Amino acid sequence: MTRKKTSKSAAATGYMGISGAELLHEMLLEQGVETMFGYPGGMVLPFFDVLYSSPIKFVLTRHEQGAAHMADGYSRATGKTGVVLATSGPGATNLVTGLATANMDSIPIVAFTGQVRSHLIGNDAFQEADITGITRPVVKHNYLVKRVEDLGRTVREAFHIARTGRPGPVVVDIAIDATTAKLAEEPDLELRLPGYKPQTVGNVRQVKLAAEAINASERPVLYVGGGVVLAGASDLMRAIATKGSIPVTTTLLGLGSFDESSPLALQMLGMHGSASANFAVQDCDCLIAVGARFDDRVTGNLANFAPNAKIIHIDVDPASISKNVVVDIPVVGDAKDILTKMLPLIQEKDRSPWVSRITEWKQRYPFRYDADGHIKPQEVIETIGKMTDHDAVVATGVGQHQMWSAQFYGWRRPRQIITSGGLGTMGFGCPASIGAQFALPGATVIDIDGDGSFSMTMVEVITAVQYQQPVKFVVLDNGFLGMVRQWQEMFYGRRYSSVVHKCPDFAGLARAFGAHGIRVSERSELADAVGEMLKHEGPVVLHAEVEPEENVYPMVPAGKSLHEMELGKLA
Amino acid sequence: MRHVISALVQNQPGVLAHVAGMFAARGFNIDSLVVGRTESPDLSRMTIVVVGDDRVLEQVRKQLAKLVPVVKVRDFGEVKYIERDLLLVRVAVSAERRPEVIELVNLFRGRVVDVARSSVMVELSGTEDKLEAFIDLARTYGIRELARTGVIAMARDQQKAAEETE
Repeated sequence: MTRKKTSKSAAATGYMGISGAELLHEMLLEQGVETMFGYPGGMVLPFFDVLYSSPIKFVLTRHEQGAAHMADGYSRATGKTGVVLATSGPGATNLVTGLATANMDSIPIVAFTGQVRSHLIGNDAFQEADITGITRPVVKHNYLVKRVEDLGRTVREAFHIARTGRPGPVVVDIAIDATTAKLAEEPDLELRLPGYKPQTVGNVRQVKLAAEAINASERPVLYVGGGVVLAGASDLMRAIATKGSIPVTTTLLGLGSFDESSPLALQMLGMHGSASANFAVQDCDCLIAVGARFDDRVTGNLANFAPNAKIIHIDVDPASISKNVVVDIPVVGDAKDILTKMLPLIQEKDRSPWVSRITEWKQRYPFRYDADGHIKPQEVIETIGKMTDHDAVVATGVGQHQMWSAQFYGWRRPRQIITSGGLGTMGFGCPASIGAQFALPGATVIDIDGDGSFSMTMVEVITAVQYQQPVKFVVLDNGFLGMVRQWQEMFYGRRYSSVVHKCPDFAGLARAFGAHGIRVSERSELADAVGEMLKHEGPVVLHAEVEPEENVYPMVPAGKSLHEMELGKLA
Repeated sequence: MRHVISALVQNQPGVLAHVAGMFAARGFNIDSLVVGRTESPDLSRMTIVVVGDDRVLEQVRKQLAKLVPVVKVRDFGEVKYIERDLLLVRVAVSAERRPEVIELVNLFRGRVVDVARSSVMVELSGTEDKLEAFIDLARTYGIRELARTGVIAMARDQQKAAEETE
């Protein structure tokens, strides 16, 4: 590691005469970038030449989408900004799904893309794509840099925008001549963002109003989303919950911000949330939303969501307030700032009648399944939870296995779950888990995946092998695209249309990739298989053959209210 | 409700696409959108006429303000303001009836800017209502071609008025 982080004033001098590619590299070091993910190509060659002797670790993926998800997983695991690099045209367009995924979940990523020579832009040059045009709706902001003089400032702005306010992905598209050109004079690196002023400090009066409403309530519920994790406010939120005896339910992205072994934990709410969480939200007299955005998968039928509650909404994004649900007390700002101000105002209050009602619901309607017949996907996840002391970092794909992971792992701490919530991106788990492992070298990182999701991006297992990242990939193979099959079973008369999903021997495939492969199909061998996987020092694929037609319950059918959920076997 | 919203934006490439794209993606309906220079070379002003209920308009304002190149958003729904739209229209009219059209133009304080054998071109500015009224009357003669700039607006100086009343 050569260069230490330089101070701002020092960094602004001494760049005259270096190339754009070298300046980009200097700026990345200034931003503290240690690891980046991506793929080379014609329009980014000047930068790769600089990387040849760089302290920055560059991870060569097998596909640019994988690189974007790795940068995302890296960020979700640590809170650092993920960095990804791709060439122009197809390299850049392959990032789009990853950018949209990060955008929906407010994950800070800076993506650099190569662009054709500035005088060729617009001429349909080889590997040209209008990537600022293509990505504009799925990023927080983007730039096209045509002149080396603008490059340094733009990189600083990109990182600043990505990680402040409501975080999100920023694309910097750089014409190749801006990287080959040399700086004729010292560049102006001052940010020029007159229109970017995120409101981070919460209004004291609003905080007071919110605290008064909470103190006056008999049956409050905290509804906590990914914003609390992003703001690093989980401890404060827990302190408020404990002080006021306030039960806590989390969204998918909020999982881990509240220890699920607590008596106040309601686990996840919404379409596949716990019955206790959904009943509590419908019955509460004060709903305190923190860093959550009233997504349709959370609220069910909006007209009848939390019908008896005064709604408090704490969020850093003013546009999230009253977008879906009309809010009684909005508090705009950073969750950490707001909860710090709120904590001393919260009264210790005995809410034992409410808490005991919740305990009853929890006892009566826990997440459950019948352990008979084939291995059940839920028991694989439960086994992994127990055998990792609920302390692993777990990534998922999207579908049934994602919901079962949310329900059965047993979440204990923030940044433990790495999952695509808003966009619901199948194929996210495998690369995201690898990104998380790069960020957390000693940690146990597990990708709990479905056969459908895993098949989309499993090529990145080769990346894990190349860089010796000991990720444990668990493939729950039910031979179906399970969530779609469940909907076809429940709402389309069991007409299974294009959901039968034939799988290869993933364990054998893993061995061909150079990883360890284990296959399990018998309940009696499950614990040993998981044990073998966890003990193995390198990357492992565990192929688990599970019950083909298991359904996720509870389920709130689309358009219904939360309390109208179908309990299935829970009833 | 019809609202006139003014957004001060950074004068850089892609800003119009950014704003227009956001409106399209979020399903907001634009009646008109005008971009022009301001007193500062770094800033442009977009004047947008939007129709929607209070909740839609609140989202429009917030989503606009959220865009990084948007420096300031102002909804004229809450203040007294002046708005102007500029119209060029070619009215079909014979030489015999031309004086009728000129009289009409004078009544509306417009100007005839081009005269041909069977038509006149009229320039007229004012509120949207005023222009609509003129267009309606001009239709009785026949409209060959019509172009409008869309609305620009500026708030009345309330501060000054308040000081005077003190």
